[in-house]
Amino acid sequence: MKSARVKSFVTFTSEVGMPNNSALSQSTLEVKDLNVYYGRVHVLQDVSFAMGAEPLGVLGRNGMGKSTLVKALMGFVPANSGQALFQGKEILGLPSYKVNRRGIAYVPQGRRIFRSLSVHEHLTMVGAPKDAPWNIEAIYETFPRLAERKKNGGADLSGGEQQMLAIARALLSNPRLLIMDEPSEGLAPTIVDHIAEVFRSLVAANQAVLLIEQNLRFATELCDRILFMVNGQIAADLPAKTVASDSSVQQKFLGVV
Amino acid sequence: MDIWPLILLNGLTLGAVYFVASSGLTLIFGLMRVITLAHGTSFLFGGYLGYVAASVTGNWIVGLVAGLVAAGLLGLFTHQVLIRRFQDDDMRVALITLGVAVIGTDLMLAVFGGTATQVPFPQEFQVALQIPGIGDYPLIRLIILAIAVVLGLAIYLVIARTRFGSIVRAGVDDAPMTSATGVNVRVVFAVIFAVGSALAGLAGVISGTLFPLLPGQDGSYLLFSLVVVIVGGMGSIPGAAIGSVLVGVVSQFALVVAPTYAFVLTFALMVIVLAVRPQGIMGRPA
Repeated sequence: MKSARVKSFVTFTSEVGMPNNSALSQSTLEVKDLNVYYGRVHVLQDVSFAMGAEPLGVLGRNGMGKSTLVKALMGFVPANSGQALFQGKEILGLPSYKVNRRGIAYVPQGRRIFRSLSVHEHLTMVGAPKDAPWNIEAIYETFPRLAERKKNGGADLSGGEQQMLAIARALLSNPRLLIMDEPSEGLAPTIVDHIAEVFRSLVAANQAVLLIEQNLRFATELCDRILFMVNGQIAADLPAKTVASDSSVQQKFLGVV
Repeated sequence: MDIWPLILLNGLTLGAVYFVASSGLTLIFGLMRVITLAHGTSFLFGGYLGYVAASVTGNWIVGLVAGLVAAGLLGLFTHQVLIRRFQDDDMRVALITLGVAVIGTDLMLAVFGGTATQVPFPQEFQVALQIPGIGDYPLIRLIILAIAVVLGLAIYLVIARTRFGSIVRAGVDDAPMTSATGVNVRVVFAVIFAVGSALAGLAGVISGTLFPLLPGQDGSYLLFSLVVVIVGGMGSIPGAAIGSVLVGVVSQFALVVAPTYAFVLTFALMVIVLAVRPQGIMGRPA
């Protein structure tokens, strides 16, 4: 992952004049008063936040609405009210494929690998142009393990390999914003370290990432800022360093010691 | 001469017709998770249009193409105009397609009448072929068996080897996630719906060549196609092939062994498969 590919990716993004860090800082994604109901259950309650290119983590225990937030952004579940501006344009209410084409790619919770597709077919179906920064060749260079398992079925992969494939599938959309929902879930510690390494090199290559996590250490090590979700609301917005060092914060929002 | 090989071959050729009819339904069912009750209507509509085209032009091939295209257009109309906006609501889609089926049945009865018609086919095909162990066998049945095999292989290759096929399979596995990778799944749905209906129409012409076309066949072929899809496993082309052959062969043997219960035995097959493998022979658990 520290290959020339990431460097060329960086070069490319600056070449085509994609906004740099400072210009993006408040304009990548802006969510305002987002409300989502499942039936009569008020799952997301006036959720508001903004992010730039810096990696942003959303932490919270199970059932706090983290995944619902992502699903609403991706058009999987309808929002009842509110706004979500991506690069200044409304994305709520768009079908998922249009959200993707606007520049948001999604690495879902549970990975959601297509069981009847081979590794290679996962990559070809996205249809990334050959001259895009992330094309199939670049993916195989960055994830040699996927190249080895090219012909294997998606269902035959290990959890770690599936996670790599889910990330690769999302990257092939060449997104401005990558949303990852619990990428460390259910993976062995060494694999989690590998995912963290991939994550860091993406961030180093100026990739904006919104990370949803339950794993406190994983999120605080990788993100600059952490939002805590409690009962469908953003309960706190803190620098990751504060969260990592302050056990009273962890206790308060996650109930961990 | 033993009668069993002949029954087997009859079962296979009947299975060929079932396969062409149900391969489209299995794709629609598997991909869209929607039951289209108008599938038999596409079958009979294609059959009648093929009959008209073949009779007027005197060309069987033109009849096949006409049935295919006419049913494909009917499918496209049904999808784009009637059910597209209700696609997420299974019950409404089922009711709308039921409406199409009911209206279609009466319109076809009004236009084509209640008597049996048969699609004319070239004289050179109206011969018998000497098959070892069976004796004389109508060539047309073997031609239709060959058409079904070639068509099955072609559909299989498109689904298994092309990018469009990957997208269709991904859509069968997880349609929302497929959409999140940037694929407009609804366009894929429309194509599959049209192609599925077109295949049903082609099956109508093929069936109308072997057997008489009759009012009421829209209902019975919808039923047989559903049985095939349930037995084979929804969304699977090899499953549709296996299911068609099983249903075709079982119904032919049942006609000889226990004619009174032939119809029941076809459904007994479905009951057995459902009891042993609820997802169908080639299907995967939901």
